[in-house]
Amino acid sequence: MNDTPLLSVRNLVKRYGGSSTWFGGNSFGVSAVDDVSFEIAPGETLGLVGESGSGKSTTGRVLLQLEAPTSGTVLFKGQTITGLSASELKPFRREMQIVFQDPYAALNPRMTVGAFVAEPMVVHKTASGSERQDRTAELFRKVGLDPSFMTRYPHEFSGGQRQRVNIARAIALNPSFIVADEPITALDVSIQAQIVNLFQDLQDELGLAYLFVAHDLSMVRYLCHRVAVMLRGRIVEMAPSEAIFGDARHPYTKALLTAIPVPDPDIERNRRHVPFDLEMHGPRPGQTLQKVAPQHFVLT
Amino acid sequence: MSAPLLEVRNLSVVFDTPAGTVHAVNDVSYTLHDGETLGIVGESGSGKSVHALSMVGLVPCPPGRIVSGEVLFEGRDLLKMPERDLCQLRGGRIGFVFQDPMTSLNPVLTVERQLMEPLLRHRNLSRSQAKSRAVELLELVGIPHAKERIRQYPHQFSGGMRQRVMIAIGIACDPKLLIADEATTALDVTVQAQVLDLVRDLKKRFGTTVIWITHDMGVVAGLADTVQVMYGGRIMERGPVGPIFKTPRSAYTWGLLRSLPHGEARTQRRLYQIPGQPPNLLDSQQGDPFAPRNEFATPRCFHEVPPLVQVPDSTSGHLVAAWYDLPMALRARQEKPA
Repeated sequence: MNDTPLLSVRNLVKRYGGSSTWFGGNSFGVSAVDDVSFEIAPGETLGLVGESGSGKSTTGRVLLQLEAPTSGTVLFKGQTITGLSASELKPFRREMQIVFQDPYAALNPRMTVGAFVAEPMVVHKTASGSERQDRTAELFRKVGLDPSFMTRYPHEFSGGQRQRVNIARAIALNPSFIVADEPITALDVSIQAQIVNLFQDLQDELGLAYLFVAHDLSMVRYLCHRVAVMLRGRIVEMAPSEAIFGDARHPYTKALLTAIPVPDPDIERNRRHVPFDLEMHGPRPGQTLQKVAPQHFVLT
Repeated sequence: MSAPLLEVRNLSVVFDTPAGTVHAVNDVSYTLHDGETLGIVGESGSGKSVHALSMVGLVPCPPGRIVSGEVLFEGRDLLKMPERDLCQLRGGRIGFVFQDPMTSLNPVLTVERQLMEPLLRHRNLSRSQAKSRAVELLELVGIPHAKERIRQYPHQFSGGMRQRVMIAIGIACDPKLLIADEATTALDVTVQAQVLDLVRDLKKRFGTTVIWITHDMGVVAGLADTVQVMYGGRIMERGPVGPIFKTPRSAYTWGLLRSLPHGEARTQRRLYQIPGQPPNLLDSQQGDPFAPRNEFATPRCFHEVPPLVQVPDSTSGHLVAAWYDLPMALRARQEKPA
């Protein structure tokens, strides 16, 4: 990792449903993402955790410009990518990819998985003919699939294999950054470790940076260098993994940590859940992230 | 111990599909005692949900078909019971909580109507009695302002609150047996923690017998007295929660536990991964369903189904279906038991 961030997100806001009303007033709608800022270094994994509706998936989508932010800037390798036209964005699209939660919905049922994995190379004209074939086969091997599967259709694959296909497509253009949006949540338990290991291996091999969006904190602890905890569209705490899991400061982070079930009866039976009172400790307007230790920020 | 509350004997369920016969549940037998909490762990296709649904006649037929078995609840065979009697049991002596509260609740009826339904049907309460009992139930599951909220519709509740409503309906008639199928899977962890605390509290107060079906080993560790691990429609291992987690005897349980990160930070260690893919239940099974993915499998595992038998030197009712001896195989490789 070096010091220049690969990705900088500054004061990102995404509001839904806001519009001016008949009588000249304004309705502000719902802020899914509310003043979110963070950076990701090359080769780094940032975990983004929070409950459903906290804005973590929206953050991932907005920073990739899959949806336009309401305000705020995203810089990729120092260049602003917010507010660019589709054609201006195209070179950046090669560098930034996404893997979705549902490997079934993400695949095109009428396209062979080989064509699906090769499609980005067609769109971006990076390879053609036999070169593209070879590259596709190489991608299949890289994600642990037999290249002979290239001519098959998605319904012939299990969930874990489908997620491998999605990952192969995501790395087809040699990106430097991937948003992984709950990539193991929909998979069978006995398959999850396979996909987690694959993400790790690809990071080691290709130097990828990840934004790992998840609600499974034990996996986040295992995978991520740093973790940001979101609540109601805001980051309430951000710190290196050890600090989040060893020295959590925000009441919500503490509640979250004591709520994860641990596969150990002795621990589970003696644990007390720390309840969280949203009224009392929820994010309030005017609060900002304050530094409490090196790289450790808490919303206060 | 007294006579079991529930006894399942040799239950097998298949689904007839255009692609062939799916063997969803294969020869499942177990007993459940009064007040016990049984955690059933398995992934999709393990037969954990289908076996529970088939016990109370909730598997649609066709395509589902119960090929064999008996399910004795308080001594009566549920599979031979007339539908009318089963209707009396379901929602009455046997309560259910399903995974998805949004599709299980009726969106056009108020929560009050849906809570009163089992009470009027099974309890012969008057409407006003049922009404006040319904409010009590909502308070019991920890929904604030129950009196006002009971008049609301499901969409006016958050996911966690809806699941509480589901639980309130499930326990409305003080069931002897509560069956919960992935009841907290769709919930956020903080809400899940609250619901699990609620179930623990109900067990303590009413002595409810619980079957908790989940894929989450962590949930089972905190809730269950007995754990039953299912794979490919069969019980792989069953026993008291302690031994199952500390000295698992099935390679599948062992692999599952090993593949979870145990609270360690980012390290160079790779997670243990179970190789291969979950079984295709369309193929007629030969041998142990886990054998193709099991690094400890013996040749016998591939062509002969291992019976579920008592673990040698176990006094606690630890059962395993395996031809191999896992502790010995691990000792030979100098690996930890869990």
